[in-house]
Amino acid sequence: MAKTRVSTRKAFSVIIWRDLMLSIRHPSEIINPLLFFIMVIILYPFAVGSDAKLLMEISTGVVWVAALLASMLSLDSIFKEDFADGTLEEMILSAHPTSILVLAKVFAHWLLTALPLIILAPILAVMLGMHDDGIVVLLLTLLIGTPVLSLIGAIGVALTVSLRGGGVILSLLILPLYIPVLIFGSGAVNNAILGLDVQGQIYMLAALFVLALFFAPLAIAAALKISLS
Amino acid sequence: MTQHYNKKNILQVKSLACQRGEKLLFSNLSFAVASGELLLLEGKNGAGKTTLLRLLSGLRRSDEGEIFWNNQEISELDFDFYQDVSFLGHHNALKLELTAQENLEVSIALSAGSEISIEKALADVKLAGYEHELVKSFSAGMKRRLAIAKLLVLDTPLWVLDEPFTSVDVKGIALIEKFINEHLQKGGLVVMTSHHEVNIEKKYITNLRL
Repeated sequence: MAKTRVSTRKAFSVIIWRDLMLSIRHPSEIINPLLFFIMVIILYPFAVGSDAKLLMEISTGVVWVAALLASMLSLDSIFKEDFADGTLEEMILSAHPTSILVLAKVFAHWLLTALPLIILAPILAVMLGMHDDGIVVLLLTLLIGTPVLSLIGAIGVALTVSLRGGGVILSLLILPLYIPVLIFGSGAVNNAILGLDVQGQIYMLAALFVLALFFAPLAIAAALKISLS
Repeated sequence: MTQHYNKKNILQVKSLACQRGEKLLFSNLSFAVASGELLLLEGKNGAGKTTLLRLLSGLRRSDEGEIFWNNQEISELDFDFYQDVSFLGHHNALKLELTAQENLEVSIALSAGSEISIEKALADVKLAGYEHELVKSFSAGMKRRLAIAKLLVLDTPLWVLDEPFTSVDVKGIALIEKFINEHLQKGGLVVMTSHHEVNIEKKYITNLRL
């Protein structure tokens, strides 16, 4: 048969290209979580007052919690449209492993939602008066930590995609799983600000990242198959 | 005529049962479809036609019974089965913000490979000249025809079609019937539902009432 063959690597990159293309043509879904992230951080000084020392002390927590919530907020939409228009079915019935394809989707989603947030984070951290050493570690922890959030969150979204009003269940389902990332992420930044060693926390985050990278796509694929059957 | 597909294919269903909620949709269902045959599912709304099609395409797991593709269970074949099937459901599985060409490119990337060029497939479904138009500007009938173009591009042996004639006009229906006829002549298999009278040579068709 004279069929042209498609490699799984090609399928992986086409899915990323498609999702990037779609959000460039329809950008509101990227901008929403980013605005949320910025607004939460800007609102803090209004609520706790302009005490520079206090703001500096809470800056780590504020930035990390805002990033975590923004990540959760944006994840809700990762499979929603694909589910509604039938392309999710097409993806599951693809000749390539579903886990690889969902990894492409999560990666594209991370590029679109988490990366802009990471780029903005140092500016907002400076605004809260965070120490320079803290900012470097903040960037590093966000860079390792947000993919873990995306991967874990996508499992929850995959499980709830066929439910109406799945948003509440989703939060209950994945927030507890986000806590380790939050502990090690903000822990490292706090240590850096105090001048302590940060290696331990960074290694733990990296370990979580590797675990999530390996297991989450399998879990997401299985969850999607259950949701669609 | 030379055999278009690698080999003769056969889809067999053995004592299949499916439950939806509390309701038993069908049980002890057995049939076989071989190369060059069309299985036309009939039955009133809610009889489980769509559910059966989803089972046959591998989207849904059966509660009881087995489905075999060339004598191997489809859940064991996994991707080896998926690369032989095209499923057209109620949704067209098209991205509105992509052009016709881009949509087909994505579908090809998700499949094992393509048989004919995108230009040829679009010309076949009378969408030549619309390659670079966003699908959101298409009418419902044009979207359906673009979804049909996917079947032509991928050219898998087994087509599972759920109401393929939805929202296409009379000319469109004749066109799709022509494609199904050609597919059967080439040794393809089709399992489908339709509310319309299907104008395809009787010798190909087997009816199954649910």
